[in-house]
Amino acid sequence: MELLVQQLVTGIATGGIYACMALAVVMIYQAIHHLNFAQGEMAMFSTFIAWQMLAWGVPYWLVIPLTVVISFAGGVAIERLVIRPLGDAPVLSHIVVFIGLFAIINSLAGFIWDFTIKPFPSPFGEGSQFGGLISNHQVGMIAVTMTVLVILFLFFQYTRVGLAMRAAAENPASARLVGIRVGWMIALGWGMAAAIGAIAGILIAPIVFLEPNMMLSILLYGFAGAVLGGLTSPTGAVFGGFMVGIIENLAGTYIPEIGGELKLPIALFLIVTVLVFKPTGLFGRTVVQRV
Amino acid sequence: MSMLLEVEGLHASYGDFRVLHGLDFSVEKGGISTLLGANGAGKTTTLRALCGMIKRSGTIRFDGKDISGKATEDIVRLGVAHVPEGRGTFTGLTTEENLQCGAMTRSSRAEIARDLEQAYHWFPRLKERRNQQAGTLSGGEQQMLAIARALMLRPRLMLLDEPSFGLAPLIVQEMFSILRKVNQEEQVSMLIVEQNAGVVLELADTAFVLETGDIVMSGSAAEIRDNETIRAAYLGY
Repeated sequence: MELLVQQLVTGIATGGIYACMALAVVMIYQAIHHLNFAQGEMAMFSTFIAWQMLAWGVPYWLVIPLTVVISFAGGVAIERLVIRPLGDAPVLSHIVVFIGLFAIINSLAGFIWDFTIKPFPSPFGEGSQFGGLISNHQVGMIAVTMTVLVILFLFFQYTRVGLAMRAAAENPASARLVGIRVGWMIALGWGMAAAIGAIAGILIAPIVFLEPNMMLSILLYGFAGAVLGGLTSPTGAVFGGFMVGIIENLAGTYIPEIGGELKLPIALFLIVTVLVFKPTGLFGRTVVQRV
Repeated sequence: MSMLLEVEGLHASYGDFRVLHGLDFSVEKGGISTLLGANGAGKTTTLRALCGMIKRSGTIRFDGKDISGKATEDIVRLGVAHVPEGRGTFTGLTTEENLQCGAMTRSSRAEIARDLEQAYHWFPRLKERRNQQAGTLSGGEQQMLAIARALMLRPRLMLLDEPSFGLAPLIVQEMFSILRKVNQEEQVSMLIVEQNAGVVLELADTAFVLETGDIVMSGSAAEIRDNETIRAAYLGY
């Protein structure tokens, strides 16, 4: 029983990270209808920035907001400089650009900070709660991801900018006709996705350790969450992220054939299964267009 | 009477294919003009060109200022509300969110709240449906929503693209009587594109007849309405 609870909590904690990555992916997908393969590398780079500031002796409480702001600006810059000029280019052009971004950011991080694995301190310190059942870091992960998700929900539901972003993603032509600056809304979406990724990176780094390839599997789980919940549904993506975290941990613990080594294929298995049986995901909607 | 919208030599094309060949037309301040013509005459293209949604050349003066080089968002911000073909509803948002979107360029929350009530006063059906997803509204309700959303801009000029399209005659009557009231009480000028010439000629004061990208006839709505030849040749009723 204790093992089950422990695995569930671990699943929810890492699931929160996958949920954040899934949400970041979906936010960009909704705006430009392409999957950002470089989402994980952007998050990894943000985490290195945080690590560098910590190494310079900047206190942790200042590092997190600074990293979020820098990542936001970086996300906006990438959209303005790289994605926007692409415009309506075909899918393959976008894929090539995303792969290029992936390689550039990955190599750049390795060039600046080298590829050795670095420990990353938890912002919540060592120690555990509930008689060793949950580590402080897991409690912190759950609290922070939940807070981020609630804030984002309130932002999209109750602010005018949030409404403008939803309108721009849903129907860009109509959004322009009510005076919404659609281009800037997309840039804002990139900035926010980068900022969410930064938080996810900082939270997961103490567990997977810091190195340029740290986000590869995390993004894969994020994709699995997004596909499971539905690429057209932010709520679905968040739900999917948590589900993937829980499934991954329970399967790894209770199915001996899977164990720790075969956890990653679960994500791929989920992606394929969902795409075969319910391509829109659990919460996604089929887009029907009148001709 | 001075002109709110003056268009001279308006050309537009889709790629290499030229659709408009130098149109001249205008809308008076506080007036209603209509662009009539058959399918494919270039009516929708004309409205899209005015709003900068497609490449165009020529002069477009709005309240004396040339807007022919401006982006869509900036033209909207001057007070030009376009009710597009197919209504342009944000189907995933609620009715009320759609209306809020219409007021996106305005800042005073109090005024927006007041205009929201005014919109519900014009279109009581929308109030019943305020929290419903706009995609689930009927065609008539979505057209009402499109007009109400345009009014939330506090526009000086409304561009309406076939507002009667696909609607029952009774609903069309109701909608045009609301448009008349909006025009008279709020001094909103209008440019209405229609195939349903009979109804719109009752409302408009000036009419322009468009045929394959050229204006072939213009005059007061009454003249066009009473001219048997034009009616038979271009308007088909």
